Amino acid sequence: MIKIGPVNKIGPAIGFILALVATPALAASGLVYVTNEKSSDITVLDSTTFEVLRSFDTCRRPRGVHFSHDRTEFYVGCADDNQIAIYETATGGLVGRILNIEEPETFDLSPDGKLLYVSNEEDAAASIVDIESRRVIGEVETGEEPEGVLITADGKTVYVASEAANIVHVIDTESAEVVADILVDTRPRRFALNLDETELWVSAELAGIVDIIDTATNKIIGDITFLPTGFRKEQVTPVDLLITKDGATAYVALGRANHVAVVDVMSRQILDYILVGKRPWGLALTADEKFLWVANGLSDDITIIDTESLKAIKSVPVGKVPYGILIDDQ
Amino acid sequence: MINRLLMVLIAVMAMAGPVAAVEKTSFAIGYLEIEGDVRYEAPRAYAGIDVRPRQRPLDGAELSIRESKIIGRALGLKFSLERAHADTAAGLAQEMGRLHDDMGINYFLADAAAEVLPILSDYAGDRDILLFNLSAPDDTLRAEACAANTLHVIPSRAMLADAMAQFLVARRWDDILILQGEFPEDAALSQAFQAAAQKYGLTVSGVRDFVIGSDPRDREKNNIALLTTGVDYDVVFVADSLGQVGRYVPYQTTAPRPVIGSEGLVAGAWHWAWERHGAPQLNQRFERRIGRRMEDRDWAAWVAVKAIVEAVVRTGVADFSTVAAYLKGPMLIIDGYKGAAMSFRPWDNQLRQPLLIHTYNAVIERAPLAGFLHATQYMDTLGYDMPENRCRF
Repeated sequence: MIKIGPVNKIGPAIGFILALVATPALAASGLVYVTNEKSSDITVLDSTTFEVLRSFDTCRRPRGVHFSHDRTEFYVGCADDNQIAIYETATGGLVGRILNIEEPETFDLSPDGKLLYVSNEEDAAASIVDIESRRVIGEVETGEEPEGVLITADGKTVYVASEAANIVHVIDTESAEVVADILVDTRPRRFALNLDETELWVSAELAGIVDIIDTATNKIIGDITFLPTGFRKEQVTPVDLLITKDGATAYVALGRANHVAVVDVMSRQILDYILVGKRPWGLALTADEKFLWVANGLSDDITIIDTESLKAIKSVPVGKVPYGILIDDQ
Repeated sequence: MINRLLMVLIAVMAMAGPVAAVEKTSFAIGYLEIEGDVRYEAPRAYAGIDVRPRQRPLDGAELSIRESKIIGRALGLKFSLERAHADTAAGLAQEMGRLHDDMGINYFLADAAAEVLPILSDYAGDRDILLFNLSAPDDTLRAEACAANTLHVIPSRAMLADAMAQFLVARRWDDILILQGEFPEDAALSQAFQAAAQKYGLTVSGVRDFVIGSDPRDREKNNIALLTTGVDYDVVFVADSLGQVGRYVPYQTTAPRPVIGSEGLVAGAWHWAWERHGAPQLNQRFERRIGRRMEDRDWAAWVAVKAIVEAVVRTGVADFSTVAAYLKGPMLIIDGYKGAAMSFRPWDNQLRQPLLIHTYNAVIERAPLAGFLHATQYMDTLGYDMPENRCRF
């Protein structure tokens, strides 16, 4: 059963015709999927009412989550089962599994939608997974505990952060080799690229900062230090970060400082800190970027932020240790 | 932060072509241990019953060396361990001197007891040597017997006692009965806890000596029920370094009270069941490669190597005095998988770190506990803070 969200309002007949010529946008289910690392389940919420619709069991220790190229499916990395599960976006139904991937944590999809680049947390490697054949077709050695993975829009470069080695590996996708190791601040976690991909932003969890790397020279050209009022440096442990489609604004989840920072990308100035739940780490924006969804790892809930007023408008309990958020609204 | 990074020879790292092709220079770290160290030969309680098995921390150091491979790749360095052992402290000091003179080794991990370390420190003297204490928790090494060339990775007894005291204050379990064994280490544990109790305003309602045995004439000292009768207390603190009596205290106290200290709820540097701050990854890595669970000293050895590698990397492979100054300085950030950026206290060379208060299979709290404040650094609520410092380098 495929829900045809907005189309239903027009009428079933027209809806059917539209569905035939549908772009993925028309097929959006309006569902939000949240992976819960510790309860090994996925919570399904409504992206407009923010209500929990249901939850279902998935493989053990689900973390990273990502849409397929056409958004009809999504991938969930399950560290304790060494696999990536594939679900149908419209229904949440399991459609397949990619097995034998050592402890997948996060991953990114090649622009053509054919390959997944996966960090294997326990294996000190990034594996390259061919989705169609469901096989690991390559592996790149990294530092211990590879974490964030990000592919450039042209698909030529993959960045992988090694949490334990404090290194960002720059991998050339054609040769599948590391072409540069960039030393960054302590415990690098996630990435964001600015609009023209000249700057790579990396959260350094234990240093409490975001390092900014010039992607042309692979050198650090700046950093942003966060300190919400009433917190100490050691409580600021940034993990996930996002840059809006227009490249103007960045959101950074500050971990144990219980806030999300709002940053002006051009000036690198911090515009605001928004109080959310305990240890916010996973972030996702709605398609219209009006709402920022935040996964709070230590309070087992999701906070939804109105990005216009920069206020947290609702917190919703989900499973245990929510990690990744996927919003199907476009 | 950026200044720190600029110190590094970034040019080395941003080269074109596969980085694996760089030629590697070897960088050896010394590892010192006493042969037949009695601390690893604790007498068995009974045939086949080893109540407190202790493993040499070498495994932790080796794991850390393994983890340094990729960061070494970026710098063209290959870190390695050079082991040396002797059956006396003087012999071990000579071995250290030999490694320093012959191989140019500057950094030494020492798995040695409190009486051995000062001999190593003295022998190192003005040489370009830095020692890392992996296994001696004795407070005196951080006070009167401190040495400028010796860094303490393992937490001191005072730190462990303070962590426990914070936990008791937070629970409002204010009255403590101490049961103390007959060995010097038992007395040291008891004294450290009594000092912590005083520091945190807890009441010690009694200190009672116990002995190992079943002689009825000694029953006041070997019978747990009698040892825990006739006094009011919220908890029983057991100071039992061998663990032979402590294991019989829970469920045998006259009053239904929790047991802490050497038994029951214990403060430590590390625990295999710690779930946060990346600890499961480290624990799984250790278990998979070593085949047993990571313990406090393993963690200390792992951190010591990590600290050396970090300092070498961040200073751009500088000379000894620069690296040593960086290691002891405020810019050092060590990630010990306990959620805090760790560094060494400049007044006594002790690694400031969170501590884990745990049962045999769960971590109950991480110290410093919320609410224990400090003007500059919460972790300095554990152990000797600067105003209490008795160390003079």
